[in-house]
Amino acid sequence: MVSEKDVEHIGELADIGIDAAELATFTGQFNAIVEYFDVLDKVHGDDAGARDRYNILREDEAEPSLPREVALQNAGAQEDGFIKAPRVM
Amino acid sequence: MTGPEPETQVVVGLEVHCQLDTKSKLFCSCSTDYRNDGPNTHVCPICLGLPGTMPMVNKKVIEYAMKVAKALNCEIAEESEFARKNYFYPDLNKAYQITQYDKPLALGGYVEIEGDDGKERKIQLTRIHVEEDPGRLVYMGNAERGRYSLVDYNRAGIPLIEIVSEPEMRSPKEARKFLNKLRATLEYLGVFDSDKEGSLRVDANISIKGSERVEVKNITSYKGVEKALTFEVTRQKNLLRRGLKVDRETRHYLEARGITQSARSKEMENDYRYFPEPDLRPLRVKSWVKDIALPELPDARRERFVAQYGCSLNHARTLTGELKTANFFEAVVAKNKDSCTLAATWIADTLTGELNYRDMGIDGVDPVKFAGLIALLKAGTITDKSGVEVLRAMLDEQHKGETVETPQAIVKRLNLGKTAGDDGAIHAAIKEAISENPKAIEDYRAGKKGAMNFLVGQVMKKTRGRADPGELNKLMETALKSLE
Amino acid sequence: MSALRFEPDDKYNAFLTVCKAPEGGNGKLSGIPVAVKDNISTQGIETTCASKILKGYIPPYDAHAVELVKAAGAAIAGKTNMDEFGMGTSTENSAFGPTLNPRDTGRVPGGSSGGSAAAVASGMVRMALGTDTGGSIRCPASFCGIVGLKPTYGRVSRYGLIAYANSLETIGPMAANVLDVSLLMSVIAGHDRHDATSQDRPYSHTPSADIKGTRIGIPQEYFGAGVDPAVAAVVKKAIGRLEELGAVTVPCSIPSMEYALAAYYVICTSEASSNLARFDGVRYGPAVEIKKSWHAAFQDARREGFGPEVRRRIMLGTFALSSGYYGKYYAKAQIARENIRKDFARLFADVDVLCGPTMPTIAFKLGEKSDPLSMYLSDILTVPVNLAGIPAISVPCGTVQDMPVGLQIMGRPFEDERVIDVAYAYEQGGQP
Repeated sequence: MVSEKDVEHIGELADIGIDAAELATFTGQFNAIVEYFDVLDKVHGDDAGARDRYNILREDEAEPSLPREVALQNAGAQEDGFIKAPRVM
Repeated sequence: MTGPEPETQVVVGLEVHCQLDTKSKLFCSCSTDYRNDGPNTHVCPICLGLPGTMPMVNKKVIEYAMKVAKALNCEIAEESEFARKNYFYPDLNKAYQITQYDKPLALGGYVEIEGDDGKERKIQLTRIHVEEDPGRLVYMGNAERGRYSLVDYNRAGIPLIEIVSEPEMRSPKEARKFLNKLRATLEYLGVFDSDKEGSLRVDANISIKGSERVEVKNITSYKGVEKALTFEVTRQKNLLRRGLKVDRETRHYLEARGITQSARSKEMENDYRYFPEPDLRPLRVKSWVKDIALPELPDARRERFVAQYGCSLNHARTLTGELKTANFFEAVVAKNKDSCTLAATWIADTLTGELNYRDMGIDGVDPVKFAGLIALLKAGTITDKSGVEVLRAMLDEQHKGETVETPQAIVKRLNLGKTAGDDGAIHAAIKEAISENPKAIEDYRAGKKGAMNFLVGQVMKKTRGRADPGELNKLMETALKSLE
Repeated sequence: MSALRFEPDDKYNAFLTVCKAPEGGNGKLSGIPVAVKDNISTQGIETTCASKILKGYIPPYDAHAVELVKAAGAAIAGKTNMDEFGMGTSTENSAFGPTLNPRDTGRVPGGSSGGSAAAVASGMVRMALGTDTGGSIRCPASFCGIVGLKPTYGRVSRYGLIAYANSLETIGPMAANVLDVSLLMSVIAGHDRHDATSQDRPYSHTPSADIKGTRIGIPQEYFGAGVDPAVAAVVKKAIGRLEELGAVTVPCSIPSMEYALAAYYVICTSEASSNLARFDGVRYGPAVEIKKSWHAAFQDARREGFGPEVRRRIMLGTFALSSGYYGKYYAKAQIARENIRKDFARLFADVDVLCGPTMPTIAFKLGEKSDPLSMYLSDILTVPVNLAGIPAISVPCGTVQDMPVGLQIMGRPFEDERVIDVAYAYEQGGQP
């Protein structure tokens, strides 16, 4: 069982901004889905990731970067070529 | 029982992040040469983390990291892979850092240092892994006008290796030696440029045996490590002395103030939700190790300096501690084959001190001109004291960006040529010294040994150090005897 | 280069952006308008993934597949509607309103590439690019009565595809018929130096309707519980037609399908929780409020910018990766995935392709599936293909209640050609 408190914690971890009003609905849906996931308890087998391709690499060659105005064309507030962001406490 | 009391035993482990000196970034083709350019000028859709972009690993980064691993005696993993470390920060372009987690490139290895007890010790390494540097944040504003930050992604995606040591260093000083040795090794390998600002950053964990471990983050220079750790040792010892306990926590080093400060407890709860990077494929590069050629490394060069040039072990250690110093020494002795020990002393002791005093690097010093100075000293043309004066003049000229004169020209200009016995100037100076210091003459007559040294010193002053000390002693003795 | 006129009467909300005068060029696709799903980056054309969080975002680069389509002379006709970030099976989860099924506007077109499917099915464009993470090309192809190919993982570059679940998804062609799907596939397949998971396996195939001797496996799970018997009957009849055309059918089973859907949802939500964290309003998207503290601003941006299904999946993935649960969910899902791969490999040692329905039902009514889990369950027949990375195509094979039913043909890795051939054979000779 996933509790509302668990969902709140996950919301915090995901930085998703869960409202108190949504919490009950989310928790209900969450439990139904997670209960469905429990079928995975039946899974047995070797470690996964038997992948067949290795060492996909590129050569160390520098290519031109974007002009700054293009690089920043989608950014919000700017100052002296920097992008403005909220303060980090 | 000998040795330190248990409660004062310090245990230090380091996580060292070094930028690798490749042409392009780790996952994209942007140039790494961003330091002289404005913010956000070395960015592309990939290192900006624009939606839809994908990483592609720079082969040279893997080769450089393996070179380091081989030099530090690590084992290259049969298979390694990249993973995502998820956390939110404005300078983290994708909201995850691509790093290596449970499958690092290299495991084990060691760095040999001279321990505090004077014995060589091997500090074991846990692992070396490859990861990308985040961007850079600049904090702006103030409490009244509102705080915000400015983000520059030029640094985002610069290749880093993280070298993790076991907690085996026993003092801040050993930590410094570990770092110096590591830095020298990386430089010798030609994969790292320590002159670049922020190219080496350190997180340290430190504990007093039997107490909780404290992690000190954000040490951005190798010089800061000893200071930060020394502060922590004192802080932790004080807590224990007062009967308090040391909390297990993360602290930030504030370079400007030389102190550490507790970080928010939220950082302790970080759950990075690592998982393998689905856009990349694993590495299987162990077989490459045999083809990696290593250059002569600091330990080997140190031993060669002792054997080939007759350097003392201490001088050899200092000279080989930085690649540039070692190269400078060899360039100087190439010109002065028979004055190796003189050159070693002058570089390891005098030049290093004068450069530190001026906060200058050895880069700009011309080995040919410096070799000229050694030649003058060797020939006895100038005294050691004058030698220092010549060197200072050369460094000051260089510091001011002026043309650096040859040592010969400086000697001539400042009239520093060593005075000989028949030089009128020295006789005149002796005469003056005797007539100006009747008290000293009295003391001399009274048999006080110091009086003679005092008078010699006076003559040295008057001749501005040009007099050969041995010769001057003889002349002074003769002069004093003739007074009787 | 010449500009086309493209002014469709979009009654179905298939397009989020219409390019009214797209440039065409010379090549295999000369002058053909091609619609592009809105999670595929198009230089200079707004690309939103049908999410408010990317409103106004104009990529400064083209996805590799878009570059190739343009280089072949096609005209980018516009960007098509979808479930936000590809998360859905109905195209109802779009921040810009649902797309309607052209066959019955009271029903969904399927998803998440519902806009691309509707644009093709209604004849507004001849072909479209979709993306398929767990059935997102095949489901809407089935629901709208068109052809959609989910290529082998690695055959078409994902560079520029805005990632939802990197290890599962691929770009693929959608069109009204198999030849056009094959034609578009021949343009977009091939190696890309920007995508480390792409492989040098170009596609230059001329479809052949000769399937004599082709061995077709019929997995019992594709006709079991949860599959509408009417749909199953139509598909069985279609398979019977393939037998008449010379194919040999072999009954078989995929035991790992028991947990395929759970494994799929654990993996896709885990990857999504990481992929979607970058939408913070700093570098692009509606600008973040810089006066707030970082975490407050970030949470606000995500609460307002993401729809409920996206937030739910981010939460699920965060949970599946969080410390203490990683082993129970993510690690187990990877093992399940490996078992599914092995099941397919075992079957493909004996048969050339596998056939079954694409979807367990016909297109549902708008608003019919309001419970998330019931919507997830409708992906049961499409997700195994994504977990295994194999190619699969959906081709129309009849109707139930006048709504199209899709026949799904799954093949060995890099045998996209073979699934195309079987689909082509059915398309050419399907009606006796």
